[in-house]
Amino acid sequence: MTFVWGLLWGLGAVMLIAGGAVIGVWWERKVAGRIQLRLGPQQIGPAGSLQMLADVPKLLFKEDIVPDGADKPVFRYAPLAVFAPIAMAAAVIPFWAGWAPFDSTVGVLFFLAVPAIGVIGILLSAWGSHNTLSTIGGLRAAAQMISYEVPRSLSVLSIVVLAGSMRPVEIMDAWRWWWVPLTLVGFVIYFTASIAEMNRGPFDLPEAESELVAGYFADYSGFRWAIFMMGEYGAMIVASLFGAAVFLGGFRWLPGIAGFVVFIALATLVITAVMWIKWTFPRFRQDHLMTFCWTVLTPLALLQLVVAGVVSLWL
Amino acid sequence: MTEPRDTAVAPETPVPVVDDNGHLIVNIGPSHPSTHGVCRVLVELDGEIVVKAEPIIGHLHRGIEKMAENRTYLQVVPLTDRLDYVGSMYANWAYCRAVERLAGIRVPERAEYIRVIVCELQRIASHMMAIGPAGADTGATSAFMYTFWQREMVVDLFEALCGARLTYNYVRPGGVASDLPDGWIERCRAFIAQHPAAMLEIDRFLFGNVIFRARTKGIGVLDAADAVAWGATGPVARGSGMSWDLRRDDPYSVYPRFDFDVPVGSRGDAYDRARVRVYEAVESCRIIGQALDGLAEFKPGDIMAEAMPRLLAPPPGDAYDHIESARGSLGVYLVSDGSVRPYRMKVRSPAFCNLALLPLLAEGHTLSDLVVILGSLDPVFGEVDR
Repeated sequence: MTFVWGLLWGLGAVMLIAGGAVIGVWWERKVAGRIQLRLGPQQIGPAGSLQMLADVPKLLFKEDIVPDGADKPVFRYAPLAVFAPIAMAAAVIPFWAGWAPFDSTVGVLFFLAVPAIGVIGILLSAWGSHNTLSTIGGLRAAAQMISYEVPRSLSVLSIVVLAGSMRPVEIMDAWRWWWVPLTLVGFVIYFTASIAEMNRGPFDLPEAESELVAGYFADYSGFRWAIFMMGEYGAMIVASLFGAAVFLGGFRWLPGIAGFVVFIALATLVITAVMWIKWTFPRFRQDHLMTFCWTVLTPLALLQLVVAGVVSLWL
Repeated sequence: MTEPRDTAVAPETPVPVVDDNGHLIVNIGPSHPSTHGVCRVLVELDGEIVVKAEPIIGHLHRGIEKMAENRTYLQVVPLTDRLDYVGSMYANWAYCRAVERLAGIRVPERAEYIRVIVCELQRIASHMMAIGPAGADTGATSAFMYTFWQREMVVDLFEALCGARLTYNYVRPGGVASDLPDGWIERCRAFIAQHPAAMLEIDRFLFGNVIFRARTKGIGVLDAADAVAWGATGPVARGSGMSWDLRRDDPYSVYPRFDFDVPVGSRGDAYDRARVRVYEAVESCRIIGQALDGLAEFKPGDIMAEAMPRLLAPPPGDAYDHIESARGSLGVYLVSDGSVRPYRMKVRSPAFCNLALLPLLAEGHTLSDLVVILGSLDPVFGEVDR
């Protein structure tokens, strides 16, 4: 029974991310268009909303090119190692009062640890492509993603300390509205570090279009490329949903279905902010990125943790 | 100096290529998003640090100078369009000035005013292609769209003027191809009225951005002595504090009649080189405004020198003339043997000279800085390779 349930949820997570990516790409193109004096997709469907229905078959039918010098099995299966952990992480998000698809007592740890496996997928794809630019991109990704794990985990820890639990469902039960101002800094750190985790601008050094062409997935085409793309959007959706739940209260603002709508709206707002930042900021340089992580984000996250810890003494 | 290594490897040779020092050899280009054309830069990397960067040019070589020897003087003008395809008006003008000097042609003043107007517009259009990509090289793709919008307006003006949007063939020996069309002056005035404000906006949101500043300040520093030694001209030299502008220092055409400033940088880094261009575009607006005012004094239609022969055959001799293009000092050297075709043409390309600075500037910086430095030199490979 557990196995069947797991299988069903797995399918659901893939559908969630794939569907989210389809809507996300359209939404991103619209947001980017407004920022860049353009209109974005216009032609297919109302306001170009069916654009992705045209794009997905295009990606599916494109030739799947495996470079000559590539390590073929590694090259072929690396995209899955990027995508799967993100789909897995989606399992612990508390969607509804008292319910998460995978209700684990160490859910928060699961959420923080599992997507970190994705860095192995990125390294594999970078190395497997047998391409200098990809390799540089992969190494950048490894350094960046492992470093930004630290402030990201610390910022979520402050919520764990306040709630006194690592179980997302319990965190949601314990959530109080005044946690939002109290952990505002923590949320900003979580938000920033998450952008770095999902390799999006201004932290998109691993794929740095102007330097490394497309970095670790420069040699990918067709559907394997689409899996990377889905992984990126999936990471954005999952991180935004989790952040909207534990930091911003998610469905706790209103009872029942209205709460769920608020939750999705909050997550959409976070996703839009991620896109907004990507399209307005230049890209960091590797050393600036590391300095920012270790001298700004990590100390601030520790400070936030101390504040949360002190407050939790009176809770 | 060692021989330039070629890493265009056979398929079975394993890549990544690592040299004897354990340095990674990376090819940036010839097909790469930020080489600003078809440049190949052979980079030797120690981690992320550039040990050596070597631009390998010639991918866009078409032999324009040789082709010119087989065409009549008028037929060469369209070829010069293909030199600096971001600033065709300049190449037209530099070539025409050399021909006029060779043949002793006096250009009517109205034509000179029109040449100044179109070339200052061209400077704006060309600088928009330098400032926007300077942002895009650092990942700020939106800045590109904002500057491109400004460029689009200039290109629309050119389209109304001569029908072409890129290769204008407008400045001809003896004058210009046609007079300004109806309503063009008003459109041009409307453009220069809004342009400084748009530049101010770019200055604020791109050059004021903290990440952009961190990415460009202190990157690829060129001091004024090196700028002179390497023959750098244009915004690249002015970014290093070298106040040198042919429009002011070797005045040609009707430039002495206009009041304008020459913006210079102080640190000579990528930031200053890019920012000098912003202020140059604003100064160009001032010149265009004055030239449009001055245009009213002259009889419409008086745009071509009198008694221009169908086939120009300058007396034997040679002539060199240079103008301040958007990239620096653009010179054309012509030799005539008295026939209807140039005996020899040589172009002194500012983009070529400025690009030569890349190995000097990029050394010791990171790979990310390399593309920023390359972008700040603003090479156009049509003119580099010719």
